Amino acid sequence: MTDQTEQHATSAAPAASSATQSSTKVLGLGPKDFKLMFLVVVLTMAAPFLLNPFPEGSAMAQFNAGYPDLMQRFVIFGIFAIGFNILFGLTGYLSFGHAAFLGVGSYAGIWMMKLLTMNVIPAIVVSVAVAGVFALIVGYISLRRSGIYFSILTLAFAQMSYSLAYSVLTPITGGETGLQPKVADPRILDGALEAGASPRANLFGLEMGAGFEWQVGNWLFTFNAGYYVAAVVMLVAFYLSIRIFRSPFGMMLRAVKSNQQRLSYTGLSPKPYTLAAFVISGMYAGLAGGLLVAMDTQVGAERMFWTASGEVVLMTILGGAGTLIGPVLGAGLIKYMENILSKINKDILHEWFFFLPDGFENLMVELVYPFIGKGWHLTLGIIFMLVVIFLPGGLVEGGQKIAGMFKRGKDADASKTTPAE
Amino acid sequence: MGILEVKGVNKRFGGLQALGDVNLSIADNVCHAIIGPNGAGKSTLLNCLVGKLIPDTGSVSFKGNSVLGRSPHEINQMGISRVFQTPEIFGDLSVLENMMIPCFAKRDGYFKLNAISDVMAQRDMVEKAEHMLEEMNMANKKDMMASSMSRGDKRRLEIGMCLAQEPSLLLLDEPTAGMARADTNNTIDLLKQIKDERDITIAIIEHDMHVVFSLADRITVLAQGTPLVEDTPENIKGHPKVREAYLGENSGH
Repeated sequence: MTDQTEQHATSAAPAASSATQSSTKVLGLGPKDFKLMFLVVVLTMAAPFLLNPFPEGSAMAQFNAGYPDLMQRFVIFGIFAIGFNILFGLTGYLSFGHAAFLGVGSYAGIWMMKLLTMNVIPAIVVSVAVAGVFALIVGYISLRRSGIYFSILTLAFAQMSYSLAYSVLTPITGGETGLQPKVADPRILDGALEAGASPRANLFGLEMGAGFEWQVGNWLFTFNAGYYVAAVVMLVAFYLSIRIFRSPFGMMLRAVKSNQQRLSYTGLSPKPYTLAAFVISGMYAGLAGGLLVAMDTQVGAERMFWTASGEVVLMTILGGAGTLIGPVLGAGLIKYMENILSKINKDILHEWFFFLPDGFENLMVELVYPFIGKGWHLTLGIIFMLVVIFLPGGLVEGGQKIAGMFKRGKDADASKTTPAE
Repeated sequence: MGILEVKGVNKRFGGLQALGDVNLSIADNVCHAIIGPNGAGKSTLLNCLVGKLIPDTGSVSFKGNSVLGRSPHEINQMGISRVFQTPEIFGDLSVLENMMIPCFAKRDGYFKLNAISDVMAQRDMVEKAEHMLEEMNMANKKDMMASSMSRGDKRRLEIGMCLAQEPSLLLLDEPTAGMARADTNNTIDLLKQIKDERDITIAIIEHDMHVVFSLADRITVLAQGTPLVEDTPENIKGHPKVREAYLGENSGH
């Protein structure tokens, strides 16, 4: 009983204690946040190893996620979800149109690559700026309403953007075919391309596709420049999000979620706070969009489709809305399933269940098949339902529960041993 | 000339005349109670004062400035704080954070994008908030989730949050509604203490005559949307019109 109340107190305290213990701050982070930040740095930097645990050629190798394309997606959609969480997790405003900002960021980025230079820095900076301006407009209008009406308004804006990009705005967006840098594009800052060379995204000459592979025994680790660029950007984005969460501004955003009435009778209008949060999270989405084109220099309107907006909602809730690391975990899980689970086909299943007698083998394959390959959405749906029902705080709450079980086990051990002394 | 002047205020809801020609003057540094039976228009009047409702006709001025047409947060910045019938606090935040928000509001005005830095300011505000909690005798609860406290403590916190803004006028809407007797008495003591120690005007709407007569310096009796009589508590107690309209029904309790 006392144990429970203690736990409750500690779970409610972190923000307050981090505010009071400002003397022990490192880089502006409290000890707990610093640990978390450090952990995330280590995980992202070591990702090529951690995501490739199975040796090449083994049956489990298909579960390896350590290839550049997927690793880039992990961190980029991590950024997207971190930004979404600043709006949804802190203020409680559920935007259902965040993919629009991602798409607008991507288009802005690709135009920089067509007009200015293939260097990714201007592309990324401009995508953030353009998405921010777009978010300011959409937010200013949508935030006149709250709750479900706000969600519907953002959804309407996103679908409008999608339809416009697909049809009327074809001269700017490339319509159905989308956009990609062409050899003939002006690119005023870059010199002329060598004959036969195609334009490639780079960071001051370091190509995003560049990298090297490292063979250790049967393991093959891929280190990719693009991934590390995106990872560093993600770390900066994550650091900023921690600072926002712990700042007075973040506290105000939580106050908006908690009780708008009290906030306005405390002399604070909720609107500028929600609008600022909306713009910041739109800029995060733009950053993700810019990075997407930096890694893979093409963009199409389907990036703004409503399912893409829904995906980031799933990521955030699955990982744990309002937590720091949750959205990144959620993004990772969904992208992993989308890319790995969907690749498993019937043949692979037959290999797995080969050891069973023929009848059982076929039965097992038939039973498992709906959940893999194209059916991965079904598995995702089941996981999502289980998480929402049993772990309303998302994967993070699951982690805390497991950690709590270990802690309790330890405490019990301690209380057992002390009387014996 | 009082700190708050209400002149000729009318408010209709459809066919119902909620307020009919209300004139009210609340003098500086007094505790002014507004009483009346259910449906007398007490809450409507209060909502007209804080900008939640806009009267159909008439004027409301605070320290000589009209409050009509201003939004609640602007009226609050003029120096009017309001305590609600059910305590309105930030339930998902810790008690300390609850207290920090009015401290920030007092310092920063209605919006400040202190998203990243401002560590020094934060430390200042924590100190201020802790000081205020101590004054409210709640320092030991500062890390608690606000929603997990008792009704009486929530009320105490809400009053503390209002005081942290150092308002000139504190409006209380049935501050002891739904409270246990002990909590009610604590709240009365707290309000008495505030009244004695601070340079503040209090306007209180209350059902509980025990609360009204232990606090009020002046009492206005409202019935069917119009002020019936305004006088000192002693005179109100014996006033025949009041007994008839209001106390008669309640004197038994």
